[in-house]
Amino acid sequence: MRTRDFLGLTFSSIVAHRLRSALTALGIAVGIAAVILLTSIGEGIHRFVLQEFTQFGTTLVAINPGKATTAGTSMGVFGTERPLSIEDAEALRRLPFVRAVVPFVQGNAEVEADNRRRRVAVYGAGPQMPEAFSMAVRSGRFLPADDPTAPRAFAVLGSKLRQELFGDANPLGKRITIGGSRYRVIGVMESKGTVLGFDLDDTVYIPAARALSLFNRDSLFEIDVMYREEVDVDTVVAGIKRTLTARHGKEDYTVTTQQQMLDVLGSILNVLTFAVAAIGGISLLVGAIGIVTIMSIAVNERTSEIGLLRALGARRSQVLNLFLGEAIVLAAIGGVSGLGLGIGIAWLLHTAMPSLPVHTPLLYVVLAEALAVSIGLIAGVAPAQRAARLDPIEALRAE
Amino acid sequence: MPVIQLQQIHRDFQVGDQVVHALDDINLQIDAGDYLSIMGPSGSGKSTLLNLIGLLDRATSGHYILNGQDVTVLSDTEQATTRNKTIGFVFQSFHLVPRLSAAANVELPLMLAGMSVEERRSKVAKALEALHLSDRAEHKPDQLSGGQRQRVAIARATVTEPAVLLADEPTGNLDRKSGLDVMGILEALNDRGITLIVVTHDAELGQRARRQLHMLDGRIHREEQEG
Repeated sequence: MRTRDFLGLTFSSIVAHRLRSALTALGIAVGIAAVILLTSIGEGIHRFVLQEFTQFGTTLVAINPGKATTAGTSMGVFGTERPLSIEDAEALRRLPFVRAVVPFVQGNAEVEADNRRRRVAVYGAGPQMPEAFSMAVRSGRFLPADDPTAPRAFAVLGSKLRQELFGDANPLGKRITIGGSRYRVIGVMESKGTVLGFDLDDTVYIPAARALSLFNRDSLFEIDVMYREEVDVDTVVAGIKRTLTARHGKEDYTVTTQQQMLDVLGSILNVLTFAVAAIGGISLLVGAIGIVTIMSIAVNERTSEIGLLRALGARRSQVLNLFLGEAIVLAAIGGVSGLGLGIGIAWLLHTAMPSLPVHTPLLYVVLAEALAVSIGLIAGVAPAQRAARLDPIEALRAE
Repeated sequence: MPVIQLQQIHRDFQVGDQVVHALDDINLQIDAGDYLSIMGPSGSGKSTLLNLIGLLDRATSGHYILNGQDVTVLSDTEQATTRNKTIGFVFQSFHLVPRLSAAANVELPLMLAGMSVEERRSKVAKALEALHLSDRAEHKPDQLSGGQRQRVAIARATVTEPAVLLADEPTGNLDRKSGLDVMGILEALNDRGITLIVVTHDAELGQRARRQLHMLDGRIHREEQEG
């Protein structure tokens, strides 16, 4: 039998029961729409989070105190680990491939100006922070390159904190109190928004050495190294390890490249996307049951037609293919409608809520349609086999 | 030359714990161009015999030689192909596919055989014309009268130019006039060389055939031959 005739016969029976076919296809359409919509949102969030991460640049390496190790023994056995100090950061600055080094301490403290108080996140940072993290200063300037171990008491405000403390008044040159110590405001940052739940605007930046004493710590949280783009990341990591191991006597710190962070994050987000798609898959299962039901009914209704086809010389395999083809076409039509529906809703969502990240990769579209067709195939097998196995004499007798 | 030879054909059915001999040692030779009627009360085995000749059923034992070929040994698929090429069926209830036009119904056996569209179109047109149905080609079965429906079914049965035409109570669902009309058409086809086998319980209809088989309890009880 020719493919064109095969499709013609298949479509003729689908069209003959328009409403029923449409409803059956709708079952699959809803499932595919759910899968496409949920994966679109999942993928959108995936991209959004990665973008949030990479907005700081990809040539970053983070150094944290303590060795993250999977070998059984704790470093504690060999003595205490040494803290990451301001001096460590200064030593790294002398490496040839380094563009910027930012020592980093974070804590919460009360900030007071005039009579207003606000408890905010305090970041102890170095003068190169705006460069390393692509942040911009709106007015004034960022922390100056003082002696890193004894910097002057300058503070730079996040845009929101500035608004909260000073309103529309000019904060530059004003004195504020952070955790009981007095600072002079020398700059205000450009609004950076929220990054992964941290409001970078409701914050204040002070020199790292002062933050260490404010929070009574002897170790930095982190040293961020920004390296020159032309240098290979392995060279950078090796150079950092050589310098720090020479200073500490052992590797009691952890070096994490931006790529490693992205890899870990990416795999977590992939699991998220997959889990969300699986939820949509449940509605596809319901759609598949609809196809099994309707195809079983069709085989019952058309028993005498099956008998006739067999009498006219149809082979069992041709009968099988006809009914299987019908199930697949139903599912494929449902799949295409579902894709339209899902992408349409995703687009509407994106238009209505631009902040909600939505992205539909072409691969997902192709996979979803393939999924719909496979569901039709699987759902159609049992009814089609029953049709093919019918005894032609019995089938002809049915009315 | 015989187109159909049945040698010691038995067809047994298991009904509960009893074996029913639907066909019991049938020996029959039908020549090409014969006009044969098979008569008998219901349960006499006449439909079973027709199904067997039409390759819709298999004998429990014995040999069936169709056009010189032993078809009892063919696989299901080979039988389907033989059925498509050699045998035409006309049923009591017409068995037209309701969602397809008259022309599409006639086209079905050619479609199943995988014939090209152009070749099919001319064959279908010819078959419809021969049965004076050209102006009904695009009508659906429910827009046709009983007589017209049976004529569409005959067009479908003959469009493949089969050697044998099997008609099972072809006038059973028709009024007398349409019935005679249909019989006339079938007989005209027989005059042009097709082997015609009609199963009926209607004696008057059966007596029109040159050879008349009377079946009883799975056996050929009596055979009459005209001329």
